[in-house]
Amino acid sequence: MRQLFDSNTWQEIFQSISKNKVRTFLTMIGVFVGIYIYVGLSGASKGLDNGFERQFETVAMNTMFAWAQSTSMPYDGFKTGRQLQLKVGDIDVLQNRIPEIEYITPRNAKGVFGDTPGVVVRGTKSGNYAVYGDFPVFTRIATKKIYDGGRFINDEDIEQTRKVCVIGERTQKELFDKEEDPIGGYIRIDNIYFQVIGVHKFTPGGGFESDSDIFIPFTTYRKLYNTGDNIGWLTMAAYDDADVIQVEKDVKSVLKSIHRVHPDDERAFGSFNLGEIFNRIMGFSNGLTFLSLIVGIATILAGIIGIGNILLISVKERTKELGVRRALGATPSEVRNQIIIESLFLTLLAGIIGIIIGALTLKGIDMATQGTDFPYANPTVPIPLVLGALGLMIILGTLIGLIPAQRAVSIRPIDALREE
Amino acid sequence: MIEIKDLHKSYKMGSNSLHVLKGINFSVDKGELVAIMGSSGSGKSTLLNILGMLDVADTGDYTLDGVPIKDMNETKAAQYRNKFLGFVFQSFNLINYKSAMENVALPLYYQRMPRKERQEKALKYLDQVGLKEWATHLPSELSGGQKQRVAIARAMAAEPKVLLADEPTGALDSTTSYEVMDLIQKINDEGNTILVVTHEEDIAHMCKRIVHLKDGVIVEDKKVKQVRASAYV
Repeated sequence: MRQLFDSNTWQEIFQSISKNKVRTFLTMIGVFVGIYIYVGLSGASKGLDNGFERQFETVAMNTMFAWAQSTSMPYDGFKTGRQLQLKVGDIDVLQNRIPEIEYITPRNAKGVFGDTPGVVVRGTKSGNYAVYGDFPVFTRIATKKIYDGGRFINDEDIEQTRKVCVIGERTQKELFDKEEDPIGGYIRIDNIYFQVIGVHKFTPGGGFESDSDIFIPFTTYRKLYNTGDNIGWLTMAAYDDADVIQVEKDVKSVLKSIHRVHPDDERAFGSFNLGEIFNRIMGFSNGLTFLSLIVGIATILAGIIGIGNILLISVKERTKELGVRRALGATPSEVRNQIIIESLFLTLLAGIIGIIIGALTLKGIDMATQGTDFPYANPTVPIPLVLGALGLMIILGTLIGLIPAQRAVSIRPIDALREE
Repeated sequence: MIEIKDLHKSYKMGSNSLHVLKGINFSVDKGELVAIMGSSGSGKSTLLNILGMLDVADTGDYTLDGVPIKDMNETKAAQYRNKFLGFVFQSFNLINYKSAMENVALPLYYQRMPRKERQEKALKYLDQVGLKEWATHLPSELSGGQKQRVAIARAMAAEPKVLLADEPTGALDSTTSYEVMDLIQKINDEGNTILVVTHEEDIAHMCKRIVHLKDGVIVEDKKVKQVRASAYV
């Protein structure tokens, strides 16, 4: 211990490692690469993790969608292949039968799944855009950021079947002049005039929506396109503590009973569960984090063993020097400690350089991917992981140093000096 | 200064053992300059190693400056070597990545002497061997004679009670050998006790006493008239 804090010891060690630059460099490169990979990989996986999370942040994680398809089994007198249609009435039944549903709202859309989009005209400008019929509760499930001065559809719009719409950023750009305020302006959707009440900010990752979508009140949509009680699909959010997968199953079985579909008919209704997808992606990124931990630690381990190996060779090479030191009065423990401290110092130095360069690399990748769609954000390595790696290096560096140190001590000075 | 009684040493060479020292009795007083002579295999190096605590005898007593040397562990031996003994080797054994001054300062490092003091003292001893200007040079930049003089300075830096020189001129040409012997004589003139192992007659006669070893026993132990090496330089 005394030796560890003695400036003389460090002078000796600095001299010994700086006078053998090639050896020092080769020794350090293993640990350096190890910690570099460790930091780089775990930072990158954290970045992916953050990136995924950012992509999903606009949608509630317990969100699911359900839609009708056609039956694949005959049941209750109906033949197979019957086309099903969700109705507005289904919503009340679902809400009554499944208490785990927090929000449920129907949605109709035109121009999303291959059908013709709405023709939208304003003065001399026109375009084709997807049109959605929505309830205000939709914003509870998927946040819609509305630009200053605007709003989303509200309950009165629904009640009074108002001809109002929320347009997308791109729609605004294409239909309005740059300095024009779209709020309060009028556009013609399939020959009906609508007043613009808001512009929504598009956030990527929310599924099939785009930055040109137009949202109108559900009731207005029904009138405009004559959809009656039909609805395109259901969007639901379960309570936070609910088991989303179970709720998804319940929703489907309730729908089957309403629509008189065979309980085992898996194809009658389609559903999509964001929570499940999210869990799967998170599981993937957790796996990636774990993998990077394993790979990193294994590489560090290999690097440290490399240090031990090279020090072992260097002890052999320095047999004579160590013999001279012993003859001049170095005690075995002084020789041993010198080698261990050398090992430790090299390990730590290489490790710290690796951490710094790894962090710089992560920073570089972060800057390069900024503002792109690539799911990668703020790649960081948690401090405990870095400290853990450093701790591991201290322990292993010492342990591995013990081997060459013991070798050095076991050489008797007389044998060391005799070696010509 | 040195008292040796009935010293035996044998080496195991596979199944048979080699009896190298067969009862050595021998004493050295303070200020003596003793040459230990003998052909190779006579045991002279073994004797010097035992005297230098680099090796231990099987039986027999060894007293150095009144301190009995026995049952020593390595740590203790290292401390005694540092305090009592200076070594000069045939192949110099300087540390090749340290400058002349750092080499001389090395035993002082193991005495835990502060760096400044260490360097001052090292310079002083380098000056004594006439190599002050070479203080910052690496051993590879020095000639054989210079290297040996650095080694002698290193041995003397710790102010040992006894200087042990194992064939100090073995790797040097005769002119340089005499220079080194001249230095050893001068150090001896200051009252230091020195033992020189050699197999060269002329070197031996530059000492004050010659001990002949043959097959592990002392066959002759005589005082001689010292030939000053300076006469040849």
